[in-house]
Amino acid sequence: MRFGHLVTLLIVVALVGFGLTFLQSRPLKPVDPPRRQSFDDAQVRRGATLAAIGDCASCHTAPNGPAYAGGVALETPFGVIHGTNITPDPDTGIGRWSFAAFERAMREGTDQAGNRLYPAFPYNHFAKLTDDDLKALYAFVMTRQPVRAQTPENRLRFPYSIRGLVTFWNWLYLDDKPFKPDPRQSDEWSRGAYLVEALAHCGACHTPRTKWGGENSKARFDGGDAEGWWAPPLNGSTPALEPWDAERLTAYLRSWDDRHGGAVGPMAAVTANLAKAPDADVKAIAVYIASHFGQPDVGKKVRLEVLLSRPEPDLGDDAGLARGRDVFKGVCAQCHETGAQVPFTVQNLAQHTSLFAPTPDNVLRVALHGIRTPAGGFGPIMPGFAGSLTPQQLGDLARYLRARFTDLPPWPDPTAAARRLMNQPEGPAPAPAVAPKAWATAQ
Amino acid sequence: MVELKVNGAVRQVDAAPETPLLYVLREDLQLNGAKFGCGLGQCGACTVAIDGAPAFSCLLPVGLLAGREITTVEGLGSPDKPGPLQQAFIDEQAAQCGYCIAGMVMRAHTLLARNPSPTDDEILEHMSPNLCRCGAHMRIVAAIRRASSRKEASRSQRGAL
Repeated sequence: MRFGHLVTLLIVVALVGFGLTFLQSRPLKPVDPPRRQSFDDAQVRRGATLAAIGDCASCHTAPNGPAYAGGVALETPFGVIHGTNITPDPDTGIGRWSFAAFERAMREGTDQAGNRLYPAFPYNHFAKLTDDDLKALYAFVMTRQPVRAQTPENRLRFPYSIRGLVTFWNWLYLDDKPFKPDPRQSDEWSRGAYLVEALAHCGACHTPRTKWGGENSKARFDGGDAEGWWAPPLNGSTPALEPWDAERLTAYLRSWDDRHGGAVGPMAAVTANLAKAPDADVKAIAVYIASHFGQPDVGKKVRLEVLLSRPEPDLGDDAGLARGRDVFKGVCAQCHETGAQVPFTVQNLAQHTSLFAPTPDNVLRVALHGIRTPAGGFGPIMPGFAGSLTPQQLGDLARYLRARFTDLPPWPDPTAAARRLMNQPEGPAPAPAVAPKAWATAQ
Repeated sequence: MVELKVNGAVRQVDAAPETPLLYVLREDLQLNGAKFGCGLGQCGACTVAIDGAPAFSCLLPVGLLAGREITTVEGLGSPDKPGPLQQAFIDEQAAQCGYCIAGMVMRAHTLLARNPSPTDDEILEHMSPNLCRCGAHMRIVAAIRRASSRKEASRSQRGAL
């Protein structure tokens, strides 16, 4: 009897021990924060470019907060998780991380202490970075201004609050095979493929996720979700009609394209970063993404021509659509009915992808909060109407836009969506080109 | 006929429902504080408050405003009896040509009503849609700080941001 208990106890201890060792990794030795002089200037500069293409700041720099000091709250289906402080502060940042620790975090999603990181951090992409690029990124982050800022606690639902469980996620979704160029494709395409898959992690938002939060490899670039915004498909499955090619994508990714418009929502930060990246890299990304869109679809081309040339459709006796038209004529038409005479407007709203979206949310978010250009920056600007239009008026407007500028069925209940979105915070303002604080204290 | 609630009074206006609020304010109601700047919602000279939120009156047809509470700069005080925010603009001499100021005051008003002691960052963030081409920004921010209930506001010196 007693012997039986002992055996059970031993088995339990063994299982727990095994579980702990395998749900975690060994801690790596802390180092003294490396000195600035230990990094080569050119390497730091290259790291800065890579960090811009990788869009590190979107998750690691809080709105109006110090660069890379973390604290950005990300809503996920599993709860709220916070971007961490990746400045070289020895206590609250990664100042004591050796390159080996940084590399393990980037490639395996395990921090210096051996804890699993959550895959909101896209290490499943970064695993494919070259050693040289990882070294440049390390040189870049370790030479930032150290900021003492404790990252807030995550608020994840049980059992997702157990970090060790990410081990199983890694079995399912972590592909750490190095990036291999496709010999049948051009060097430019391969460079784009590398940048997109290993660094820019476009699929993190533009590929739908499985129930367990992994990118669905059977639906690559079929469209997904980005912090509540619809991230449209980056392939032929897009419902939008205006075709994309490498040239249009290059323009869009750097600033604005006159046949599609510009980026809004979380994508605005991406394009603001890419505007600073080397031309050749942005063009390579565009070439790779354009290859997923494929050749323009003839059926779509005909549908678009019909939409662009048709007169305003007959609204029948639909009172809601008529009210929506009144809102459009009174509020929107001054800019949007000028046939692109006003800078940064497309010729016809039928060219905007968001009107073809499965939900009115993207359109409504723009109508509510407008489009802002960073202070000191140059780009599209649109006033928001959250304070001046009612949810009913916004819902009517969305119904009218869908009926007027697309040939798709109406959205189910845009007014309810407008009411829901109106009560949500606007989200972070675009990162200013000149930080307001620096501007203010310089006086 | 359109019925509008402006500065606490109900006004009947003989205007087509698609007329922008700015035109009605200036031409029918002789409330000339709000200015026509760009007519495209880009400059903020026409800013008024609607149910306490800032709005570009050049882009809002009066037909959409039934039952909404409209406040213009005239609703905050008069030249003889300026309101506290208007007095702060006077004290800080926060105008050069003055064309943007009614809009600036109204946008600032909606901030202070909701947040009586905003930080400098919050002021800059909130005011950013309104443009001033004279370069009076520092004094405008100082005026908003003076009108706020921030303790250090009373110590604010002209232009010292």
